Amino acid sequence: MRRRTLYGMIAANRWRTFGFILLFAVILALVGGAVIRFLQYYYGVYSLIPYVLFGFFIVGYNIIFFFTAKKLALFANGARRADPAEYKRLHNVVEEMAIASGQPKPEVYIIHDPAPNAFATGRNPRNAAIAVTTGLYEMMDRAELQGVVAHEMSHIRNHDILLMTIVAIMIGLVVLARDLFWRWGFFLGRGRRRSSGKGGGYLALIWLAIGLVLAILAPLAVMLIRAAISRQREYLADASAAMMTRNPEGLARALEKIGSTFQKMHRTSTATAHLFISSPKCKDRPDPKKPQAKVKVNLFSSHPPIQLRVERLRGLNLSSPYARQFEWPRTEGKESMAP
Amino acid sequence: MIGIWILVGIIALLVIITIAGYNTLVVKRNRTRNAWHQIDVQLRRRYDLIPNLVETVKGYAAHERQTLENVTVARKLGMDAKTVQDAAKANNMLSETLKSLFAVAEAYPDLKANQNFLALQEELRSTEEKIAFARQFYNDATMDYNTATEKFPGIIFASIFAFRRFEFWEIPEEAEAAREPVKVEF
Repeated sequence: MRRRTLYGMIAANRWRTFGFILLFAVILALVGGAVIRFLQYYYGVYSLIPYVLFGFFIVGYNIIFFFTAKKLALFANGARRADPAEYKRLHNVVEEMAIASGQPKPEVYIIHDPAPNAFATGRNPRNAAIAVTTGLYEMMDRAELQGVVAHEMSHIRNHDILLMTIVAIMIGLVVLARDLFWRWGFFLGRGRRRSSGKGGGYLALIWLAIGLVLAILAPLAVMLIRAAISRQREYLADASAAMMTRNPEGLARALEKIGSTFQKMHRTSTATAHLFISSPKCKDRPDPKKPQAKVKVNLFSSHPPIQLRVERLRGLNLSSPYARQFEWPRTEGKESMAP
Repeated sequence: MIGIWILVGIIALLVIITIAGYNTLVVKRNRTRNAWHQIDVQLRRRYDLIPNLVETVKGYAAHERQTLENVTVARKLGMDAKTVQDAAKANNMLSETLKSLFAVAEAYPDLKANQNFLALQEELRSTEEKIAFARQFYNDATMDYNTATEKFPGIIFASIFAFRRFEFWEIPEEAEAAREPVKVEF
């Protein structure tokens, strides 16, 4: 356990976002550079232009998606604007949590899906949205719905949404690049070699090998980092939500309800899976076929096991008089000690 | 010559520290004032909803006069309150009387089926929650601000620039106990 203030946490989030972008740019430059180098040897053409174009593509991709990410995340998951009359209770609960956290009210969206889940997205608290599935809305009582919305509101207030949105943008690019590389590599492998000149063939092979290794390692590395960041964010948002509602039991019960279902969402995408409160593919829940399986943290899972989250929520001590300076649970490392 | 520069440096440093300390207090004070305003907005919303509710209930349960009377009196007290304590007291009373009004309404199936009543019930319930959360946020902001004005060096700027303490919005013990979440069995 260690003490951390909210503002310190937001600053740490900014650094993490920056670090992630930097790391990602380096990985991408290495993979892209190796691929371009291979192609140049392959065709026997040498030029700087492809590198420059590749650089522009990366920068352009990130800028475009930075400003459209919220709409894309909502669209990719089939979220529609929640009608204020039909979903009065949802709008009311979002307003309540906005007041509790001292933030502006985010936009409210609904996803027509019986699987209970919710997510938040946006660039900053003034430009944010919360989406919940109809399954969640119908399943939860008021205190539970407050817990879930407070969890999402915490992601917004703690400035997690920017970090998570950027991660989603980058995961999207990695998935795209991986698919492209495999298809394209296969196609080239069958094609006729056109390179000329001594040694060109060997060099091309070396670059191809480097490109291949990087193409396998890069997505792995990115997924690992994404999973680690995401799990940590989930724990923090749970703790913040408990602080916001002063009622950890509401969220704990909501998570238990989510954990007792094993229904996957209709539309899931690898790029946005970590935005949700619980894994859209139920990877964080006990498999009904193996109820006795041991609870353990998978390094690649974007969500901590739901039982551990419930346990932590029930173990939280909110009696500290310092509203914004309570004991933030330390993130990794403690899980192995849990039963 | 060097001595003068050192003096200038010290004065500049003091000026910067004063500006930073003063600005921190201003930010915290404005946050607290805004939080107070938020409570006020929600209280007013509740005052506006109540006449409508009383009219609706009257149509179905006219002989629950005492309960309706209590709600109206508490509302009037709240609207006339001048100090934080008076407002807090009147609004806690209003919350209690509303609770008994909704308890009484349970006995009237026709009333419970009325769409207007159901909408009002949800609105008042939400407003009640909003008041509670706004009060929580105000108390957090007040504590943060008060602590900043009492700590060193904040206390120096607070006394020079006359930053006064804010009052907490206290609630009585029994009302706090009533706010505990109701256990739901499945």
